[in-house]
Amino acid sequence: MIRRVLAGIDAVSLFATEGRAMVDTKNNDNKRIRLEDVSKVWDGLAAVDQVTFDVSPGEFVILLGPSGCGKSTTLRMISGLEQTTAGRIVIGDRDVTREPPGNRGISMVFQSYALFPHLSVADNIVFGLRSRKVPKPQRQERLERVARMVGLEDYLDRKPAQLSGGQRQRVALARAIIAENAICLMDEPLSNLDARLRGDMRREIKALQQRLGMTVVYVTHDQVEAMSMGDRVILMHSGRIVQDGSPAELYNRPTTAFAASFIGSPAMNLIELEAMEGQTFIAKEPTVPIAWGDAGHCLLGLRPEDIVIQPSSAAGMPAQVIDEEYLGADTIVRVRVGNQTLRARLPGQQSMPSEHCRVDWPVTAAHFFTADSGERRDDIDAVAPATANSRSPISRDTAQPFPDQGAKR
Amino acid sequence: MRAVNSDRRMQVYGALLLLPAAILLGTFAYLPTIATLIDSLFLPGIRGEPPAFGGLANYQALIEDATFWKVARNNLVYALGTIPTSIALALGMALFVNARLPGRGFVRMAYFTPTILPMIAAANIWMFFYAPQIGLFNNLLDVLGIDGPNWLGNPRIALFSVIMMTIWKEAGFFMIFYLAALQSLPPDLQEAADLEGTTRWSFFWRVTFPLLMPTTLFVMINALINAVRVVDHLFILTKGGPNNATNLLLYYVYENAFSFFDRPYAATITVVILVVLAIVATVKFTVLDRRIHYQ
Repeated sequence: MIRRVLAGIDAVSLFATEGRAMVDTKNNDNKRIRLEDVSKVWDGLAAVDQVTFDVSPGEFVILLGPSGCGKSTTLRMISGLEQTTAGRIVIGDRDVTREPPGNRGISMVFQSYALFPHLSVADNIVFGLRSRKVPKPQRQERLERVARMVGLEDYLDRKPAQLSGGQRQRVALARAIIAENAICLMDEPLSNLDARLRGDMRREIKALQQRLGMTVVYVTHDQVEAMSMGDRVILMHSGRIVQDGSPAELYNRPTTAFAASFIGSPAMNLIELEAMEGQTFIAKEPTVPIAWGDAGHCLLGLRPEDIVIQPSSAAGMPAQVIDEEYLGADTIVRVRVGNQTLRARLPGQQSMPSEHCRVDWPVTAAHFFTADSGERRDDIDAVAPATANSRSPISRDTAQPFPDQGAKR
Repeated sequence: MRAVNSDRRMQVYGALLLLPAAILLGTFAYLPTIATLIDSLFLPGIRGEPPAFGGLANYQALIEDATFWKVARNNLVYALGTIPTSIALALGMALFVNARLPGRGFVRMAYFTPTILPMIAAANIWMFFYAPQIGLFNNLLDVLGIDGPNWLGNPRIALFSVIMMTIWKEAGFFMIFYLAALQSLPPDLQEAADLEGTTRWSFFWRVTFPLLMPTTLFVMINALINAVRVVDHLFILTKGGPNNATNLLLYYVYENAFSFFDRPYAATITVVILVVLAIVATVKFTVLDRRIHYQ
């Protein structure tokens, strides 16, 4: 695999220099995509609802979301395979909203690969060049270059049915890049591959994109692909954009409860709260406050990896271990706090000595979202359980094992 | 010992499972074929005498029979006239009704109607179309001031008239196969081609048509078999006339067996037909199948 990638580098640099003449790389405008209030309505239902975003030249943008969120429809509208109901799509400085797909200067990789089953790998790759009446010697030259780049030199005479899933994927990729279009759209290209191959292909696609300087819009429902490949992730839900930012922003500062629950594995814990006497507690756990002030209408979001589990003698939120799931590199422990279930991700193999324990998290790890609208709240005064536990008058009574902590106060 | 027994029992079990099909095929396909072959080697018994063994005498007579050659040539013309046209028409209709158009269910049904009609009924309708004075076609031509021909009575155009009717009858039937094949083609192939600006014409010849080849071959074999086994509509329309102008092989077999009561001769023609069809089938399975892409 590594050898293939290394061998690819020479070919790619060669490709890049020759490609420059064709895809005017100095003028990056043909690589820019802009969507303005784009909607798609089917039978009165909006599959895509007033979506607006910009894709900069050479950017790798991920459209992420659960199935049925409108991400594929958005991609298909960019490609022209689907007509917009409303809004404008601009590629470069050209309004392409009503242009047929073939005039938009884009390539696309389909989820099913859409290879022509009766044509050899070579004919599949040059299919578009033949449609565009590229002369045969040039076609042959580009075929050789692209085949080398994706490692298909030895398979050019085969039919798609004689290839493995990963090889078919490479044919689809080769067909997309041989056109030397500045923009490539990808519709869940890796979803038909097994997990190991998916990891390899992720890196290869990303490397290819960077070397060729392509603008890529990539649709996926897989957050791992989104986080690892994207320069920018646009998270969609019910036809709308939920959050548009870098992978780190999506992970560290989810703007809604949906974004919080979608990114991360296992997903962020969203915990119901209740307010009592000017303090906020986890529902049915009225001993240790998690925030000062009334935040009963909010949900507390905690990443499983931010939660620390300590013995019941330590400070923190009293909890009960429900079960643990060993995953090799880490262990997922489910604990009950009040009437809520939390998942915590602990490194290595951990076994909980007893049912009773204390959980804690840093104050910066607490995210708050309004319970009904799911909107992020940054105005809540959070407190870490261990700190609260040591200060709260209630906990002083219950937290028997820590007399000195109580005495400190 | 026990293993051998159970092995044998499985063989008996398998043989029993095959038996019903074997009996049916044997009784109604292979036995008649062999009987026909034997029949063709005898001369007909005159005035109640038992048939005498004649060796290849019937085949000798067949080669010298001008009517047989005429009928065979008619059949070839008939096959060449009906098969390509009805296939092309079927494909055209299938492409048309496969597109999104209003009322396509109705159009599909309309195309398929001739297939549902019993042959005799259809032939009767066409008798009315073709009738020299009162017929539909000649009435229509009259309006244009053209004196219509005697469609079925003129030896020069009678075969053409029969061919026209067959095309009408078969195209709708073949369309159903093409339609099914077209609907099994993944739509993303078209989309992938659209992204490259491939024209519809080019897409049809480079993708659709090659992927429909298995269907085309199937339809072609069917059309060929149909072309050889036409009896029913000749019965209504022309009875093989005028002057054998529309006589086809199987109708000639029928005439020999039941009008001239020369069963051995009818058997001889049947054997020849079987041999020709067997050759076609062999070519299909050995040469054509290898060149065609099956999904």
